[in-house]
Amino acid sequence: MMETCVADCHAESVPDYTPLSQLRDLQLQRLQAVVTRAWQQVKLFRSRMDERGFVPQDIRSLEDISKLPFTQKSDLRDTYPFGLFASPMKDVVRLHVSSGTTGKPIVVAYTKEDVDVWTSVLVRCLAGCGLHRGDIIQIAYGYGLFTGGLGAHYGAEGLGATVVPASTGNADRQIMLMKDFGVTAISCTPTYFLHLIERAAELGVDMKELPLRAGVFGAEPWTEPMRKRIEQMSNIEAFDIYGLSEIIGPGVGCECRQHQGLHIFEDHFYPEIVDPETGEPLPDGSEGELVLTTLSKQAMPMIRYRTHDITMLLPGKCECGRTLRRIGRIGRRSDDMLIIRGVNIFPSQVETALLQIEGTLPHYQILLTRKQGLDQMEVQVEVTPQMFTDKIGALQGLHDSLQEALDRVLGIRVRISLVEANTIERSEGKAKRVIDRRTS
Amino acid sequence: MKIHQISLFVENKPGHIATPARLLAQEGVDIRALYLADTQQYGILRIIVSDWEKAARTLEAHGFVVKVTDVLAILVNDRPGGLADVLGTLEGTGINIEYMYAFSDVRGDEAILIFCFADTDVAIARLQAAGIKLMASKELLKQ
Repeated sequence: MMETCVADCHAESVPDYTPLSQLRDLQLQRLQAVVTRAWQQVKLFRSRMDERGFVPQDIRSLEDISKLPFTQKSDLRDTYPFGLFASPMKDVVRLHVSSGTTGKPIVVAYTKEDVDVWTSVLVRCLAGCGLHRGDIIQIAYGYGLFTGGLGAHYGAEGLGATVVPASTGNADRQIMLMKDFGVTAISCTPTYFLHLIERAAELGVDMKELPLRAGVFGAEPWTEPMRKRIEQMSNIEAFDIYGLSEIIGPGVGCECRQHQGLHIFEDHFYPEIVDPETGEPLPDGSEGELVLTTLSKQAMPMIRYRTHDITMLLPGKCECGRTLRRIGRIGRRSDDMLIIRGVNIFPSQVETALLQIEGTLPHYQILLTRKQGLDQMEVQVEVTPQMFTDKIGALQGLHDSLQEALDRVLGIRVRISLVEANTIERSEGKAKRVIDRRTS
Repeated sequence: MKIHQISLFVENKPGHIATPARLLAQEGVDIRALYLADTQQYGILRIIVSDWEKAARTLEAHGFVVKVTDVLAILVNDRPGGLADVLGTLEGTGINIEYMYAFSDVRGDEAILIFCFADTDVAIARLQAAGIKLMASKELLKQ
């Protein structure tokens, strides 16, 4: 099915369909401007370029981007709080803080123009998900220092939709609002939405009967089987949205209704795929680490930021007609690979295995310990109302099928523990998937 | 005739039964019978309480996964062979007992046993036909 930008579609979606040559010209102009800005305004960027004998004028084509040094998350930590700002504080209208699981947090800044760009890309995300004015969108990301809530809020408002700024928490009230207001779309983490599905069932509310028709889910990696399970249980269309605070927040990319990868808003964020070991650029269609450069950011430009997300730029054009390139769904990060007794394991494999069992909702956590020099991996799975029966035999059956599925997918024996519901820690609705208690 | 029993999933760790017990106490719900089925890792706590709806509501509100199961309370002569007689009426009927346990009270010379059957309705018909006494919820929970 072809989708073209017609009357129903938001005017801001027009850049999604920019002819390729025009898009590349625009990217080059903006890249030259942002590199110049970074070199002029940010000491760290300037000294890194100087070290390489690089001047902004060396950017003559988009390919020249590979001559620029990378930026790492540690650079944001080392320059905490304001060291990478390229605008004076009087022009900064917003600060967000990313929790950071280890060490110091990171701070990101936005000028008025940056907030407008952020809003516009989110409008394009939501429009691409088939949402428009007249939709009632519940934002169940955390509002506050986290970019999710306010980002999605501005986007939904910019679209002209009716926004229900529910933030996270209080599942019972979330469900009441969805039901009473006839909410048609929700944006939150997939984990939190699963929680809402479960809670709704407990309250006797059938999610399938609600007017809700779309969910825009992000801020944590989730798998294709998870999408299917969500769609089956709630009768909505589930979209994957991608973003990171360091670049702008949610809205760096999003699926369209084809669900064949996530379109990157390339007019604002330039994507590259590099070999995570060597940093060498890889052609479209090869898997590697996603590296992003902000093309229009004022307050805090990011040059070749290493996301650690492993994906590829999908070759070919999307059926929807957008000229924006797509990345494949992100299943793993270059830094989330676990090596257990010499076997490489990604948390997403665990999720895939658990979802093979009918009726399971994957609230799970991976616990790593070391016993007598040997790595031990335990997968804790919450027993939800759907999984619980009053019969020990049935619980043991569930335990055995989970064990079998994990053995098959992972290729090594891990321990499975059934744990009480709501006992696995969640923050901002994001599930913390791996707890590593191995001490070397 | 059916008694509503509350089942809870609990991890087999110190303190994991204390929390639900405390919550029920705070709500003034009396636990009249209790049976814990356990494995090394986890267990199912089955309880018969003075107010099952309040108990289920309270526990769910605190994040516990609760299942309400229909069980039967059967009066058995408290003498050698009393249980064997009841079980005898079920022999050859194909009625499967999922689990059973004793209620803490006795009524005169009769003991009360709680049975969970795979098919409760079939079990009721068969037991009543055999003249076995089943207790209604109200009668069972009478102090």
